[in-house]
Amino acid sequence: MSFKGIFPALTVVGFILAVWTLAVIPMNAHLTADQAQRDDMVITPEAPRERQEISGLGLVFKNPAIIPLTYVQQRPRLPSPHQVAYEMYDTIFTKAPTSRRSLVYHAWVTLSATLLGFVIGTTLGVLLAVGIVYNRTMDKSVMPWAITSQTIPILALAPMVIVMLGAIGIQGLLPKSIISAYLSFFPVVVGMVKGLRSPDGMQLDLLRTYSANANQGFWKLRLPASMPYLFTSLKIGISAALVGAIVGELPTGARAGFGARMLVGDQYGQPVVTWAALFAAAITAALLVAILSLIERRTLSRMGMGAAA
Amino acid sequence: MSPVISATNLDLTFETNDGPVHALKDVNLEINKGDFVSFIGPSGCGKTTFLRCIAGLETPTSGEISVNGMTPDEARRARAYGYVFQAAGLYPWRTIGGNIRLPLEIMGFSKSDQADRVSRVLELVDLAGFEKKFPWQLSGGMQQRASIARALAFDADILLMDEPFGALDEIVRDHLNEQLLQLWARTEKTIGFVTHSIPEAVYLSTKIVVMSPRPGRISDVIDSPLPKERPLDIRDSPEFIEIAHRVRDGLRAGHSDG
Repeated sequence: MSFKGIFPALTVVGFILAVWTLAVIPMNAHLTADQAQRDDMVITPEAPRERQEISGLGLVFKNPAIIPLTYVQQRPRLPSPHQVAYEMYDTIFTKAPTSRRSLVYHAWVTLSATLLGFVIGTTLGVLLAVGIVYNRTMDKSVMPWAITSQTIPILALAPMVIVMLGAIGIQGLLPKSIISAYLSFFPVVVGMVKGLRSPDGMQLDLLRTYSANANQGFWKLRLPASMPYLFTSLKIGISAALVGAIVGELPTGARAGFGARMLVGDQYGQPVVTWAALFAAAITAALLVAILSLIERRTLSRMGMGAAA
Repeated sequence: MSPVISATNLDLTFETNDGPVHALKDVNLEINKGDFVSFIGPSGCGKTTFLRCIAGLETPTSGEISVNGMTPDEARRARAYGYVFQAAGLYPWRTIGGNIRLPLEIMGFSKSDQADRVSRVLELVDLAGFEKKFPWQLSGGMQQRASIARALAFDADILLMDEPFGALDEIVRDHLNEQLLQLWARTEKTIGFVTHSIPEAVYLSTKIVVMSPRPGRISDVIDSPLPKERPLDIRDSPEFIEIAHRVRDGLRAGHSDG
């Protein structure tokens, strides 16, 4: 990303933050009003039952004094940005990374499953793509199934995978990685099939004039030609792998990982915890994609394809 | 002296979804060693198809074709020819030197031999010093010269060129034509050259094969009386203009009865 590219991105972030900040007021109006009344503030209308009838915005207009209080609720319906930021700061920087209260600990649990799943998914994806490109039967048989596999809702499939693997004694990292792999192999298959087929007729004819064999055609032409496609797929694949690992943590009440954190926040009425985990997951995904982009740029420019990329 | 390339009663029909296309009909031609043969004609006259038959990239439906006394497939395996396509088709991930090494790696030349050959052919196409550059750093004309160097690298006796300068502008084209003649004189290769351009065909060739479409066939073969030494201004000489006329007449005749 060039330096110029940062400003549009920051503008979007700023806009989202502004909308979020404003939305906190009406979203938390009712529970703030209830709390304020218990703390002896005068709220109109006085009866909680009547307050349910009017919108959050209407309530705020009648009681502007509660506006500052909407931002500091213990259990807000919508946490304010600064509450999420503080929770993240607190759980990332002030807790030991080995502690269960540390987001770094949970990040590592999810990340390790993500990376293992990503490696499995990418390997599988590349192998399938090579098979599809070189074998007519695989071309006809594998591709429809690969597409079908992605139409099954992962939320329905994940619990089954976890439970079935659990039944045969496989627990922990691997079941989550398998769900990650399941989501991440697909973009790799699609991208690599396209990449391996990207050399045109002329380039294939050129190799025929040298009487090159299929092996040489693969290593000298098809594989290098597919590199830009591979990196695009990897970037999609790794974020899908992260989603897969989180989804894998949800159904069985995993004790650790972003998914577990989100579930805990939800079940114990601590939205700040859920939101902090959500943002940490998003930042992790962004970092993973950024690392891949960096590797992509280095590799392609070393390959002389930097100008094209 | 027996011909290097000889085609007898060559026929080729492509089966397409719109029915059979008669790409080549009853083609008879002999090309001798050291000839510079141009194939000229409108689109669909089979000039490229015929070149591909020589290279063994297409298989004729009937008739005989031999290259160096072998079938085209055998000749290809014996590295009888280098092929230059319309686009340079250099691999963007290889340097110019790396691109020229490509056929040498595939054919299993030794590392030191590869290096010698790369520098020799780069010299031959006037690209010495560009070995470590990537293709995108070169102009279109230079890229096409590099692709010619790639075709020359393994010392095939025959050079087959399919409209190699078709995508380049006139000035670059003139320059490359001149260089190609010098290269031909130095290397004494047999060259088969497909083109759309009458001046290019007449300027370069010792033999001009005029073809016409539907079905693709040879309508005239002209042996050029021009000397081997050809400065660019030979194109203003009466002999040159006379041959160009004959080529144009041949093309027109092919069109009216086609």
